[in-house]
Amino acid sequence: MHLVYPVVIAALLFAVGVYGVLARRNAILVLMSVELMLNAVNLNLVVFDMRWADRLHGGQMLTLFVIVLAAAEVGIGLALVLLIYRNRRTVDIDRLRTLAEGDPDPDSDVGSMTDDEGVRR
Amino acid sequence: MTAADVVIVLLGVVAVGSGVLVVATRQLVHAALWLVVSFGALAGSYLVLTAEFVAWVQVLIYVGAVVVLLLFGIMLTRAPIGRSEDLDSGNRIVALVVAVATAAVLVTTLVRGFRSAYVPIKDRVGSGSSHTLGGSLFQTWVLPFEALSVLLLAALIGAIVLSRTDIRGAGPEPEEEDPAPRRRPAAPRGVVARRLGTAKRRTGPDDEDTIVLSRVDEEI
Repeated sequence: MHLVYPVVIAALLFAVGVYGVLARRNAILVLMSVELMLNAVNLNLVVFDMRWADRLHGGQMLTLFVIVLAAAEVGIGLALVLLIYRNRRTVDIDRLRTLAEGDPDPDSDVGSMTDDEGVRR
Repeated sequence: MTAADVVIVLLGVVAVGSGVLVVATRQLVHAALWLVVSFGALAGSYLVLTAEFVAWVQVLIYVGAVVVLLLFGIMLTRAPIGRSEDLDSGNRIVALVVAVATAAVLVTTLVRGFRSAYVPIKDRVGSGSSHTLGGSLFQTWVLPFEALSVLLLAALIGAIVLSRTDIRGAGPEPEEEDPAPRRRPAAPRGVVARRLGTAKRRTGPDDEDTIVLSRVDEEI
């Protein structure tokens, strides 16, 4: 098997994940794109495990570990997203600008508006 | 091109195509379902790459658990089920440029590096079975395995602590203490509504009212 095909597939999948992380506004869609990027890395690991015929199976082991890490990551990430939704009533990451520098843009921002009220009193 | 090459190119086209649909679709639930297709195609390519055990773990954990968790997240945040137009942020063009640049750099490098790399796949058959992987997992890699179990436990506890509201820490708990002081000045509803402006925003405080009332009921 020529190695170039799966490796190029992994690179394209990673680029798709990069686009999703940068372009999406919904936090859950960002999590999905992160999963796509992790899967691209997994594909690379499996390909190079097969290429080097590793006796210790380091590549496939690391793939399993990355899958477990991704499961833990998506669990924690969804807990955070649900917490943000409970406090702010939105998961739109363009509007969650409390930690941003510069002007907080209070007009179009639910999160910073509650903050303003909290500060005002 | 051998037969394995053809199969993996087809599976890769499915995986990348459904991945593009994940990041491009206008419906949130469809994104999660296209993610299933993408992960399934990747599991198929793991099978072609002689990693059988990883393929089944991929199906079990990604398709079985992660996507279901994401669907739960979509439903719990009451995302719009139908078509919604504002899923993409304003910097979409910049994101596209960055992604295309990433793809160009990676693909160029990889094609130059591995243009002639060839692996006879027949020699590797059976190298990814659960027998061999289990042997090396519990002999060579047992220490990372145990460390990973501790990490999973930490993630479990973290998710529980984050999602429960009735755990009181030593300091002021933000989601527990916030609603009460926010309510205490008791601005008349008209003032709140005027401050919030539109009628659509008015649903927010009402929801919080009901939440606080129910919480008061619980305390009584």
